[in-house]
Amino acid sequence: MSERQKRPPTKLVPVPSVNKIPERDINKAPILECQHLGIDFGGLTAVNDFNMAIGRTEIAGLIGPNGAGKTTVFNLLTKVYQPTRGTILLDGVDTHNMTTAQVNKAGIARTFQNIRLFNNLSVEDNVKVGLHNQVKYGMFQGVLRLPGYWKEEKRAHESAMELLRIFDMEDLASHQAGSLPYGAQRRLEIVRALATNPSLLLLDEPAAGMNPSETADLMDNIVKIRDTFHIAVLLIEHDMSLVMGICEGICVLNFGEIIAKGTPDEIKNDPQVIEAYLGKKREV
Amino acid sequence: MNKLKRLSPATRSNYLTYLGVILAFAILQPMAAGGKLSPTLQGQLVPICAYVVMTLSLNLTVGVLGELSLGHAGFMSVGAFSGAVAASALQYSIPNGGLRLAVAMVIGAVFAGIVGVLISVPVLRLNGDYLAIVTLAFGQIIKSIVENLYVGVDGKGMLHASFLKPLTSLGEGGRMIVNGPMGIPNIAEISSFIAGFILILITLAVIFNLVNSRAGRAIMAIRDNRIAAESVGLNITKYKMMAFVTSAALAGAAGTLFALGQPAIVASKFDFNTSILILVYVVLGGQGKMWGSIIAATFLTVLPETPAMRGLADYRMLVYAVVLIVVMLVTNSPAIQSFFSRFQKEAERENGKGGEQA
Repeated sequence: MSERQKRPPTKLVPVPSVNKIPERDINKAPILECQHLGIDFGGLTAVNDFNMAIGRTEIAGLIGPNGAGKTTVFNLLTKVYQPTRGTILLDGVDTHNMTTAQVNKAGIARTFQNIRLFNNLSVEDNVKVGLHNQVKYGMFQGVLRLPGYWKEEKRAHESAMELLRIFDMEDLASHQAGSLPYGAQRRLEIVRALATNPSLLLLDEPAAGMNPSETADLMDNIVKIRDTFHIAVLLIEHDMSLVMGICEGICVLNFGEIIAKGTPDEIKNDPQVIEAYLGKKREV
Repeated sequence: MNKLKRLSPATRSNYLTYLGVILAFAILQPMAAGGKLSPTLQGQLVPICAYVVMTLSLNLTVGVLGELSLGHAGFMSVGAFSGAVAASALQYSIPNGGLRLAVAMVIGAVFAGIVGVLISVPVLRLNGDYLAIVTLAFGQIIKSIVENLYVGVDGKGMLHASFLKPLTSLGEGGRMIVNGPMGIPNIAEISSFIAGFILILITLAVIFNLVNSRAGRAIMAIRDNRIAAESVGLNITKYKMMAFVTSAALAGAAGTLFALGQPAIVASKFDFNTSILILVYVVLGGQGKMWGSIIAATFLTVLPETPAMRGLADYRMLVYAVVLIVVMLVTNSPAIQSFFSRFQKEAERENGKGGEQA
């Protein structure tokens, strides 16, 4: 707590090392801009000097070996951890001192590496919880079942079904979320995140545990989500066919530091990335 | 019947719960009016209603919100004493017993709700077992406070209260209402079975409507996964507090109903044992299952008073402890779980075919 208060007020210094943004987004301010972001756990620096910008409708990838700090970056962006250093600008607004819930209201929605659904609620109710801040009626209207309740609940039901339709899940609406098969749970998490009406969607290993055909479907759906909702997507993924297939910008993290940024083609041929993934070539 | 089948299982179970309560009332009320019930059971009708409402309200905290509260009798105590004082003070201004009872219940609920807000502000910000620890202490604190509280009304109808020292200056026409450790010695018994029945219906309506609304979904989402709930923009403290305070206010109304159905009440009636008793009812009835709470509270209130069980009354808490342990073992045994999950799957399949959610 005291650590946070001691932090100096934000200084907006230009950061030279932000990555390239796709051409169609170039004239608009980036949706997300991280400047010198970093966090220490005790003496351990988990993420250091993380600079990145994401365009309005960009699909960006965050990759790196296990333990590189990818999920920590997500936790910093969503304020599960408060950063020790640096600034996060969401749509130009500094998220310093915001809580996780406030960051979500400001426009960042996420999924989790280990699925976190509301297991005892139905699929539809999971999505409706995501719609929570879009549905406007108070506790008393709900308890007394005033007209506002019926109107807003009807709207919530319709939006929930519409969102579930993206992944063809409307048939599962009345099922209990915890009893869904693994792949459907992953998709439901994405739907729930979308329900919060984000401008930036963070996906933490969306294809984990999926077979190649499911992964291919997921790739189509991520692109479809971007095109329908006009939002930016940042994803962590180990499946290179997915990352190289749909990401326009990729950022490679190793030991908490960015070692490369660029388009998929640039990343594929970057010697440092190859070294991080495959190891050093033995000197003969 | 067909229409009933088309409803979602949750809505159907809610309607059946209302129906069950109304049926039970329809059977018992004529019997009670005709004097066909045994005197013990006749005297138990109002306490049964009070305990049912207590159990339902605690189920909101334990089953729906997923937090353990060990001081629920404290809220009952607050409701009982504030409601009884209100009823006593209003004796002459509202001569109608039923109306006075209703006003007293509202006052009891409001006071218990305020106390609920006061203790939840600091506590609900914490995670884990802290709520259980603090509510445990809270129950004891309320008991000590009420035992040292003296409230009286003077000739003009003004309330006087004092803490630790008995009141001496009530003057002409004044009378004591709360008399320290002796509690309230003479209560006009205005609670009735009908009032208890109405309170149960109101409690059910509040809980069901809350659970099936935006706020209720948020509360259950927090129970299921706090981190995910935060990530979709829910204000955790707000919704935890909403559930907790609603639960406290309902317990307060139940306390008023209980107190005004007794000839006298003392603070030690609402002690730790009572809190645990109500928790036992909730666990036996099933967390989050309101119909289970009603059945468990009714049976476990009636059972110790039946002639056959009278001799065992001293071993009541012991028996409950054993029953609790058995329930935990049974519900966690894989054989029993698979037995029940079979039913659940069948119901789900049927529901899937049935189609639309109401």
